[in-house]
Amino acid sequence: MFEVLENDTLAPNVHRLVVRAPRIAKARKPGQFVIVHPQKGGERIPLTIADADPEDGTITLFVQAIGASTLKITGTPPGSSLLDIAGPLGKETDIENWGRVVCVGGGVGTAVLYPQAKALADAGNEVTTIIGGRSAPFIILAEELGRFSREVLITTEDGSLGKQGFVTNALQELIDDPLRCPQAIFAVGPVPMMRAVCELSRPYGIKTIVSLNPIMIDGTGMCGGCRVSIAGETKFACVDGPEFDGHQVDFALLMDRLTMYRDQEARLVEDLPESLKGKITKVKK
Amino acid sequence: MKKNLSHKETMAIERVKMPEQDPRQRSRNFQEVNLGLTKQQAMREAQRCLQCKSQPCVEGCPVRVRIPEFLEAVAEDNMPLAAHILLADNTLPAVCGRVCPQEEQCEIVCVRSAKSGPVAIGYLERYVADWAMQNPDKLLKQDRPEPSGKTVAVVGSGPAGLTMAGELAHLGHQVTIFEALHETGGVLRYGIPEFRLPKDIVDAEVDRLKKIGVTIECNVIIGKTLTLDDLIRQFDAVFIGNGAGLPMMLNIEGENLKGVFSANEYLTRVNLMGAWRDDLPTPIIQGRRVVVIGGGNTAMDAVRTARRLGAERAIILYRRSEAEMPARDEEIKHAKEEGIEFILLAAPLEVLGDDKGWVNGLRCQRMKLGEPDASGRRRPQPIEGDTFLLEADVVVNAIGTRPNPLLTSTAPNLGLSAKGNIATDENGATSIPGVFAGGDIVRGGATVILAMGDGKKAAAAIDNYLRKPS
Ligand SMILES: Cc1cc2nc3c(=O)[nH]c(=O)nc-3n(C[C@H](O)[C@H](O)[C@H](O)COP(=O)(O)OP(=O)(O)OC[C@H]3O[C@@H](n4cnc5c(N)ncnc54)[C@H](O)[C@@H]3O)c2cc1C
Ligand SMILES: Cc1cc2nc3c(=O)[nH]c(=O)nc-3n(C[C@H](O)[C@H](O)[C@H](O)COP(=O)(O)OP(=O)(O)OC[C@H]3O[C@@H](n4cnc5c(N)ncnc54)[C@H](O)[C@@H]3O)c2cc1C
Ligand code: SF4
Ligand code: FES
Repeated sequence: MFEVLENDTLAPNVHRLVVRAPRIAKARKPGQFVIVHPQKGGERIPLTIADADPEDGTITLFVQAIGASTLKITGTPPGSSLLDIAGPLGKETDIENWGRVVCVGGGVGTAVLYPQAKALADAGNEVTTIIGGRSAPFIILAEELGRFSREVLITTEDGSLGKQGFVTNALQELIDDPLRCPQAIFAVGPVPMMRAVCELSRPYGIKTIVSLNPIMIDGTGMCGGCRVSIAGETKFACVDGPEFDGHQVDFALLMDRLTMYRDQEARLVEDLPESLKGKITKVKK
Repeated sequence: MKKNLSHKETMAIERVKMPEQDPRQRSRNFQEVNLGLTKQQAMREAQRCLQCKSQPCVEGCPVRVRIPEFLEAVAEDNMPLAAHILLADNTLPAVCGRVCPQEEQCEIVCVRSAKSGPVAIGYLERYVADWAMQNPDKLLKQDRPEPSGKTVAVVGSGPAGLTMAGELAHLGHQVTIFEALHETGGVLRYGIPEFRLPKDIVDAEVDRLKKIGVTIECNVIIGKTLTLDDLIRQFDAVFIGNGAGLPMMLNIEGENLKGVFSANEYLTRVNLMGAWRDDLPTPIIQGRRVVVIGGGNTAMDAVRTARRLGAERAIILYRRSEAEMPARDEEIKHAKEEGIEFILLAAPLEVLGDDKGWVNGLRCQRMKLGEPDASGRRRPQPIEGDTFLLEADVVVNAIGTRPNPLLTSTAPNLGLSAKGNIATDENGATSIPGVFAGGDIVRGGATVILAMGDGKKAAAAIDNYLRKPS
């Protein structure tokens, strides 16, 4: 049993959980994730370890409720426990000193990006952060990322905060400015966003790292359900990733495989009591 | 009772038939296919044993169960004694009685095989084990061993790890099992389906280990959560039984289409994650036409699962002929009774899909058998130009698994074979002193009982190692 110590709401349906998991807190490196099995008979849900405190033996998770299982997790109050948490899983972020890097976060992906951005800044990179979201309430962690970023650029689709538009608009501006053009880009967010960032950076030959989020079960290389295609080769995202060179990722395949259980998952949400349905964010695909 | 039978009378008894669920009914449910013997059937079958002096059956058993002795106890209706004898040599008898290939081990060498068929040792093993499970209060007390003060870490809770833990606990050592998944049992839990091995049997066997003092910690992945070095530092000895769980891919066009699964994923969704149950959220694709590629136990389990999930046609596609199939005879027989179709001497060339990214068929190559290969089986060869199309909305790849490098890649000092298996001597000792290994991680995909045999042998070696004055 893994006790939830804190659970607060950062953005609509996006929660920050601090959970007691001493072994994971000690072993974890930036870029790695855990698999949470909230209760007996539930699904196994991969979530990035956003932060960890090895002394206190705690890890921090940012969770967006997008379906019945993530809702179980965001609905766990402090003092209650999550049944199983396994990790840390996946490869750690390959942290190098690139010089100038841009970190691009979309929606809850911003939370996944946070530990990478911090590690990149700690390694001496000059970090510029771009955060994108639907509207102002969905922009998360701007202050926290600001602590180590040279600048934080915000874009919203409706213009309610920062510049109106998409993260790619802000990225284009940076690339066009010789003094701010990055040597590497880290992008985490909805698949269409990561794809758009990669398409934008490709002609400039700027190394672009993305963090992929296929459907997983075990997270240890045992099932192959998480397979993605990288430069035409099949890889298991849970052990070979989750981070890959974005210019080699087959995004169309990833998006398509994410829809595999759409009908069944939708039925689970339909079966929820009305009062809970509002606590789920519909993700676009 | 037994004493009253003459030799002639003994020889006249015919081998018992296992009562089974009707095929039409069972191919639509997940309840156990084999129903188990009645007391009368069991006693009568046990009486068929000739109590041979040479005991060829015991030789045939990888963990050397004292077969004639427990059979005699069954024949005399002394169930506590039968259970005592069986449990002394076999940590997981209720599992073995259901999934072991007795037809290739103890039963094939039974002297009664020639005439009226071997004594049904497997059925009787199951009968005794189930009795023991239902009558814990009637079991003979086992002496609590003197605590040795030594600690042993076991990686993996499959049959190898469970057997190791049981053996060492009986020798007085303090054992902790570390399991990567959130449930115990390894393949017994996530691979072999409910209709062949009900999961409360696995639970009961694991509970018995907990009662004798074994600690089990799930959600600990050695190589990730803790390293092998951590274990070597914290324990007096280590046993690695992490199986061979990495699925081999077909490496053909279309393999990543939606509706194409590895058998591991398909079976894990259904067994470990309970996708067959209406009350659990795990989704699965319920195909109408399901094609399973392969001819082993895994393939049979997957195809029979597909049938139970509602497939109108559930098909095995295998590149050799039935004689070469590695699956147990009983599984093949049961599959046929349940309406599974077999397409033999054919291999997939390409997975075909529709414009929405879902699989809709397979292009296949007809094969013929050539010269025997390294495994002694005749090698399949393509018949040039002879291909055909097979419709399918779910395809399951059950061509085999390899060792998972998750642990071994983080333990550079651990000697491996060319294929990535852990190298050991005949007692399971690895290249690192105090570290032992066994089961599928050493052998490649094998059987439950061979994994258990490894666990038992290595347990004796670990006991030796721990008691050696250092
Ligand atoms: C390595 C990794 C790290 C992750 N880190 C985080 C994290 O830190 N925080 C977080 O909130 N989420 C994270 N995710 C995504 C998270 O695992 C999914 O949101 C979750 O599995 C959805 O489960 P559900 O049952 O609630 O929703 P479902 O009911 O399964 O899904 C709801 C809808 O979303 C779609 N969907 C399913 N899985 C995904 C997915 N992985 N990405 C996008 N859409 C999906 C479904 O098709 C469905 O339409 C991560 C995923 C991976 C693989
Ligand atoms: C579908 C299927 C059907 C089968 N049917 C039969 C049958 O009828 N009869 C028969 O005799 N054999 C059968 N087999 C084969 C048999 O199940 C295996 O040979 C046997 O389970 C091997 O046992 P093991 O203990 O070596 O490994 P496993 O059973 O594979 O157990 C290994 C355990 O280690 C855990 N693990 C892996 N890596 C780590 C790590 N890094 N840290 C911690 N834990 C880890 C795994 O999660 C797993 O629980 C079948 C196999 C399959 C897949
Ligand atoms: S070989 Fe057959 S008949 Fe002989 S002891 Fe074993 S089970 Fe009995
Ligand atoms: S999640 Fe099963 S192999 Fe990656």
